[in-house]
Amino acid sequence: MYRYDEFDQALVTQRAKQFARQVERRLAGELTEDQFLPLRLKNGLYLQLHAYMLRINVPYGVLSSRQLRKLAHIARTYDKDYGHWTTRQNMQFNWIRLEDMPEILLELASVEMHGIQSSGNCIRNTTADEYAGVAADEVEDPRVYCEIIRQWSSLHPEFSYLPRKFKIAVTGSDNDRAAVKVHDIGLRLYRNEAGEAGFEVFVGGGLGRTPFVGESIRAFLPTRDLLSYCEAILRIYNQLGRRDNKYKARIKILVHEMGLDEFGRQVEEEWERIREGALTLPDEEIERIRTHFEPPPYESLPAESAAYLAKRTQNQDFATWADQQLADHKQPGYAIVNVSCTPIGRAPGDISSGQMEVMADLADRFSFGELRVTHNQNLVLTDVRQEDVFTLWEALISAGLATANHGLISDTICCPGLDYCSLANARSIPLAEKLSARVADTSRQQEIGEIYVNMSGCINACGHHHVGNIGIVGVDKKNSELYQLMLGGSAEADASLGKILGPGFDEDGIIDAIERIVDAYVSLREDGERFIETYRRLGPAPFKEAAYDGTTQGR
Amino acid sequence: MALLKGGKSVDDAWQRIDGDEVLPETGPVVVDLSRWQQDRESLIARADAVGVRLQSDDDPESLAGDLDHLTLIALDFPGFKDGRAYSSARVLRERHAFKGELRAVGDVLLEHLLFMHRCGFDAFEIQSDDPERDWQIAVDDFDVWYQPTADGRPTALQRRSS
Repeated sequence: MYRYDEFDQALVTQRAKQFARQVERRLAGELTEDQFLPLRLKNGLYLQLHAYMLRINVPYGVLSSRQLRKLAHIARTYDKDYGHWTTRQNMQFNWIRLEDMPEILLELASVEMHGIQSSGNCIRNTTADEYAGVAADEVEDPRVYCEIIRQWSSLHPEFSYLPRKFKIAVTGSDNDRAAVKVHDIGLRLYRNEAGEAGFEVFVGGGLGRTPFVGESIRAFLPTRDLLSYCEAILRIYNQLGRRDNKYKARIKILVHEMGLDEFGRQVEEEWERIREGALTLPDEEIERIRTHFEPPPYESLPAESAAYLAKRTQNQDFATWADQQLADHKQPGYAIVNVSCTPIGRAPGDISSGQMEVMADLADRFSFGELRVTHNQNLVLTDVRQEDVFTLWEALISAGLATANHGLISDTICCPGLDYCSLANARSIPLAEKLSARVADTSRQQEIGEIYVNMSGCINACGHHHVGNIGIVGVDKKNSELYQLMLGGSAEADASLGKILGPGFDEDGIIDAIERIVDAYVSLREDGERFIETYRRLGPAPFKEAAYDGTTQGR
Repeated sequence: MALLKGGKSVDDAWQRIDGDEVLPETGPVVVDLSRWQQDRESLIARADAVGVRLQSDDDPESLAGDLDHLTLIALDFPGFKDGRAYSSARVLRERHAFKGELRAVGDVLLEHLLFMHRCGFDAFEIQSDDPERDWQIAVDDFDVWYQPTADGRPTALQRRSS
């Protein structure tokens, strides 16, 4: 993974000291709350319903065991002994005191971490495929370019007071695990016919109140031009993005109102002016960063481990878990291991300090000391020898981290909802817990197969409900919590937005409706068809009929 | 309101002219964009220096052909969260090589000075009891930069390869 040099380290330490001063000025009354607000947001500090919430960047989801131990220490020392993985591969702590912030930031800086621009109207943490560098289907490693973007976007003097937040994602594989089409800028790294690496650039995607699937603004961008092109897009956005209404301030609205052609014309015009300038990436710099992402010292192993296969035969529970949690590794004899932080009946993405310590130890023992955070709020050990997988599984069981639900119905994405958030209309965590408890049986879940259920407690869509195969959004109706159901969303390469099925449900009603929809799918699907494929083939009608069958909800 | 330039509090010789206000006989004046466009010839003919004040939604391109006649351009921050003038400043300095004074006016605080300076501002109308102290605090915050701008501060990349 990328390791800071003296310059990167100096910047993060200086930032921690700067924020210490800003906190001091705030506590002394030299800054009003209104003046302090954007400063604390740019360091990841929100004021939530009950306390301050701190969001810490995990750059493109890559985390070392040492960093995870530091997060465990912060959870124990400054919070209520747990943290929460977010859909943007970051960590959140929900019970932070303002006075502790200077100390926490210095602790984080000591392990090359920070909360810089994890919030506020600026360029946020760049996200990537959680299997970057190890996926069997990968064309190019997106982490190299994520790191380049991380540096360019950190403390960018021009783009720190944008109309609204700005999110960039990069995928290096045709199977898009980074949801690039629902980002402000999405980058698909690939090789053109001449064999040169470059990006297809998508712009104007996003969820929130007005969801859009991003559109392709440039078919091929050479890698050396990455930053000048991003700078051109951001400059047009900073100058022309709407500032009269925060709900219309994202770049997606600008692109929609200007039209993609005119927006693209202005970006290209600006890019022509600056493309040969100081932002052009020297090959040596790309290579310098690439050396940080060299593969670890893999052993030469047979493609399949006999010990692993034997354990599978002997232990059905192990085989069931492995079927669900393992993904193909590009290196023979190794496996990618998904570790669920969304156990049955519990809030998606929560992790205790004890579990963090366990995961850090397991990463050291089995995966070269490195982990990934996924946008599904889980963890990945990327480089595990197949023959070690059984021992790893046993350790995960002891830590309560061996749930076999990767990509299944109980592996929901969920925002903090009304339990924590001041924006929410409805609770989302208890709903996720309830759904997961209803469908607890692993064999039933595996029979249902891949299905993504995403839940948000309000229309701001932090739980990505628009791109869930099944999406749920909490709305406030006559002061009672009501849930609307959407079907047909997807965040993958063929991204699509879900459509509202009909009138909303109460908390129990929506769980029943989901169950009936899933039953309908199982009876209607053709061989090997995933939920999203059946839905696309048949449309909403049979699911609508199933959802409202025998109910009077919302009528 | 103090004027901060080169890290020092200085006297402001410029007179701000709002809308169609009568111009003084002598002395440097700052007019808004519509006044400049309306009285361009007579303003150029004045013996003393002329500046233009742009609102945050004024396009800096509208001054592109006039920069030789302007000694000062003031860019307004109606609220500090409106960051358009950061881009306007870079457009004037980097795209059009404007060499005159680029002044930040409006909602300008200590916490914004450094990024403004990086974008090309060299004068600041700041709300502060001690602007020189503010300046020193602000510029001492960081000595590492990733972004190349026209302010001449070396980037991390340049220092890595030197």
